[in-house]
Amino acid sequence: MADVNAKGVLTAPIFKNNPIALQILGICSALAVTTSMSVSLVMALAVIFVTAFSNLFVSLIRNHIPSSIRIIVQMTIIASLVIVVDQILKAYAYEMSKQLSVFVGLIITNCIVMGRAEGFAMSNTPGMSFLDGIGNGLGYGFVLMVVGFFRELLGSGSVFGFTVLPTVQDGGWYVGNGLLLLPPSAFFIIGLLIWVLRSLNPEQVEENEFKMKENTQPKEAV
Amino acid sequence: MEHYLSLFVASVFVENMALAFFLGMCTFLAVSKKVSSAIGLGIAVIVVLTVTVPVNNLVFTYLLQEGALTWTGISGAENIDLSFLGLLSYIGVIAALVQIMEMFLDKYVPSLYNALGVFLPLITVNCAILGGVLFMVERSYNFGESVVYGFGAGTGWALAIAALAGIREKLKYSDVPGGLQGLGITFITVGLMSLGFMSFSGIQL
Repeated sequence: MADVNAKGVLTAPIFKNNPIALQILGICSALAVTTSMSVSLVMALAVIFVTAFSNLFVSLIRNHIPSSIRIIVQMTIIASLVIVVDQILKAYAYEMSKQLSVFVGLIITNCIVMGRAEGFAMSNTPGMSFLDGIGNGLGYGFVLMVVGFFRELLGSGSVFGFTVLPTVQDGGWYVGNGLLLLPPSAFFIIGLLIWVLRSLNPEQVEENEFKMKENTQPKEAV
Repeated sequence: MEHYLSLFVASVFVENMALAFFLGMCTFLAVSKKVSSAIGLGIAVIVVLTVTVPVNNLVFTYLLQEGALTWTGISGAENIDLSFLGLLSYIGVIAALVQIMEMFLDKYVPSLYNALGVFLPLITVNCAILGGVLFMVERSYNFGESVVYGFGAGTGWALAIAALAGIREKLKYSDVPGGLQGLGITFITVGLMSLGFMSFSGIQL
């Protein structure tokens, strides 16, 4: 993050430096809550809120935090924000909070929040940190929505609960793919998504640790 | 006894932390490159979960739950409901316990301390630990059950990361398409492992 301009800070995490696809942060919750789009949307909004405000507050008091206890201070800020989100969801969207169950609480240990507080907010101005929080939250939300879209569309033939492909059970023609409603499918979709993102940005491709010698048959190598 | 045994088996296989609930994924993917370090981290997670889940169970039953403060004898204490402070207390307890355990191991079991190395402090932010605690609260386990559940959940997680590390060690000799190199292929592998573990689901013990 050498150049700190507002637009770059806000948009870079969405595609170029996506927290899930590139930085391997915050995968835990990305997988479990993506069975339907509305749940993913709520989760994404919660994470954007927490990341943005934890970045803002950490950045505001960054010059007063002794570095030896900074992790605990950050943790406390994040945990308090998550409690706020949790209480709001319980009050106004009880059904939704039941569906998300423990995963709202797990935003605390979501590495994106912690990582941005430690990596960006501790050394930048409050305004920039706030934007960076929103940007990273959006990047996370983007992956969540894409995975949720495919899982809901192909799994139960609907988008946001509206039927797009009428399923056989309701007298339509589409046979829902049950696999996509099961947990493992989220892994496959994120794996393929990473493949797409890295094909678009070839510089992100990881180097192979062990180069295979030219003209070696694969079976000789094992 | 039978009840505890079935709870243990269920938490290891049927409700595997890593492969059924995707908890602790960040470290799960980052530290599974070598079998030896994966096993070290796995043992650390088992130890921390076995200690933190029962301790948080006590915190919840005797401090936070509605009416939990009745034992203090203060008038009106039975109306106090502190459960909204749950998240903050759990993460505090976890962080403190990890710190204490680190100092304890450093003093009395230096060999294990050196083997676990950097993994021990990392565990504080591992979602598997907080996840285990939250599941314990949500399913209202009693003290005995929470000991078994903590141990079982940790064992399941350790088993999963050791297995993934074994596969990845073999995988580095394979010719993977460019864009899938590294993270991508690991996701697909974990997906397949998760499919395998799905076969345990629905088993009623």
